[in-house]
Amino acid sequence: MIDQELRIVTKRLHERPDDSWTIDGALASGAYETLRAVLAKGDPADVQEQVKASGLRGRGGANFATGQKWSFLPADLFPRYLVVNGDEGEPSTFKDRMLVERDPHQLIEGIIVSAFAIQCNKAFVYLRGEFALGYDRLTRAIDDARAKGFLGENILGSGFDLELVVHRGAGAYICGEETALIESLEGERGMPRLKPPFPAIAGLYAKPTVVNNVETLSTVPHIVKMGGAAYAEIGVNKSTGTRVVAISGHVKKPGNYEIEFGCTFRDVIYGFAGGIRDGHELKFFLPGGASFQWLTDRDEHLDAIYDIDFVQQNLGTTLGSGAVMVFDDSTDPLLVAWRLAKFYAHESCGKCTPCREGTGWIEKVLYRMSHGFGRPEDLDLLISVGAGISPNVATAPFTQTTLCPLGPSVVSPIASLDKYFREEIAERLSADAGARA
Amino acid sequence: MSFFTEPNRVRAKEIVARYPRPKSAILPLAHLAQDQDGWLSAAAMDEIAELTEVTAAEVQGTCSFYTMLKRRPCGKLVVSVCTNVTCLVTGGPEILEHLEEHYATDPEVTVEEVECLAACGGAPSMQVNYEFHEKLTAETAQGIVDEYRTGSRKARTISGSVVQP
Repeated sequence: MIDQELRIVTKRLHERPDDSWTIDGALASGAYETLRAVLAKGDPADVQEQVKASGLRGRGGANFATGQKWSFLPADLFPRYLVVNGDEGEPSTFKDRMLVERDPHQLIEGIIVSAFAIQCNKAFVYLRGEFALGYDRLTRAIDDARAKGFLGENILGSGFDLELVVHRGAGAYICGEETALIESLEGERGMPRLKPPFPAIAGLYAKPTVVNNVETLSTVPHIVKMGGAAYAEIGVNKSTGTRVVAISGHVKKPGNYEIEFGCTFRDVIYGFAGGIRDGHELKFFLPGGASFQWLTDRDEHLDAIYDIDFVQQNLGTTLGSGAVMVFDDSTDPLLVAWRLAKFYAHESCGKCTPCREGTGWIEKVLYRMSHGFGRPEDLDLLISVGAGISPNVATAPFTQTTLCPLGPSVVSPIASLDKYFREEIAERLSADAGARA
Repeated sequence: MSFFTEPNRVRAKEIVARYPRPKSAILPLAHLAQDQDGWLSAAAMDEIAELTEVTAAEVQGTCSFYTMLKRRPCGKLVVSVCTNVTCLVTGGPEILEHLEEHYATDPEVTVEEVECLAACGGAPSMQVNYEFHEKLTAETAQGIVDEYRTGSRKARTISGSVVQP
């Protein structure tokens, strides 16, 4: 059983629990040294090469290769923007909040190094509005970094300029979707845009824009410091490096663990998180946040490798935002599915009809199913409504009739109920119907 | 007669200047208005429109999208209780029900059900004016709210800002 973390982005916050977020604490543990080295060398293309060679994939949930994302920026088109996605709202995900609250200087260093790599002079952090402490610490950290000459004009005498603005959201899950985030940052309702054009071509203020997640950018200084090839040695296959995995639910030790890719889900749940609470057994778990399909206590699921592509190709789900939500045998899967549907119905922005209408109806049907009013045909009804949002229900949320993946995500619990709990649900629905007759 | 106080007008103009386009400042100015007034009134949105060079309808259109922006007067304490799935199976709904009932007639306290707060490691969780509180029971949650209520805990504003001395 593997239960030892490999701490890279969580190293400082564990080593300096009392002052990791302060400028003094951060400087005493090596913050901004990579920035100094990068600016002294003065070669943006080299930073891009290191990130490409590292195999780093976005830690927000889509797992897209970061170096490749940067390379989509059109050459010689300025101004361009770097936007940091700190709108962490995926249910069960709480890693970015920790990284912002407890190591803001690591994030700022990552932003400056990345902005230098893509030659951008203005960056924005879109921080979830509810993260009040994170906002305090991040804005303070930016002021302190500016006072030390790490931000502003002619950073450390290099001739490179960067202004960094923190922009607070105001309570909308959809703003974690990158084009909705850009809309929100422009002062609009947070509604996703039609793609293409992709943000790299026309993003914030219709200028070339890179949107990267907090954990992704926090990793960049470490990659540049150790070298892309060395980072690529960590992890397994094309899942390089580490992932901050947020584990919650019915486990003995919930929390954030920085895990090297390549262990198994058994290690995640029974090693790192200490196993299921006493007196209970595992029933099912959500391996990558709320939006993707569930897995169960089957050996083929527990022994699956914690590897982005392995899970996607073999188990029909993904590692998403890196959150693992664990439920024991006391849990009603219908109740969990209903609450997730209620979440998507509440957070639907209303732009696309299938999502706006479908999430609401699915929530209503799941409510009656989970509260004793279900009808025997209800699971098939859910599949039929779900197919209007994510046409290939079995692979939900990977097919969509909508602009963004929010609507299709409500179909993931439905597909999971169908795959793993159809018999249990059928018995219960006919019993409920019989009791009412 | 302007809505923002003189010092806040100065702050508001600094905020607008951070962005290439003034309209981007709508959300931060809405937070500033809530810091000042305890909610987001039509008068506040009118002045935000003037400062960001858009119409009042555009400001209302944007602000009505976001749950943290309170377009009706609310209590001085906004208690946000999570009932999303991890909190659902660890007691969140019971905490919500208890607090809603207990503070039903207290105009100073607004209890609301919210979506995942990113505190699942310490579920069940809540925020009081965006300060996190984790590993709660109905009793401890009420105790914390009462401490804010009596002032023995210092609350942030209803937009989560630290109150300036």
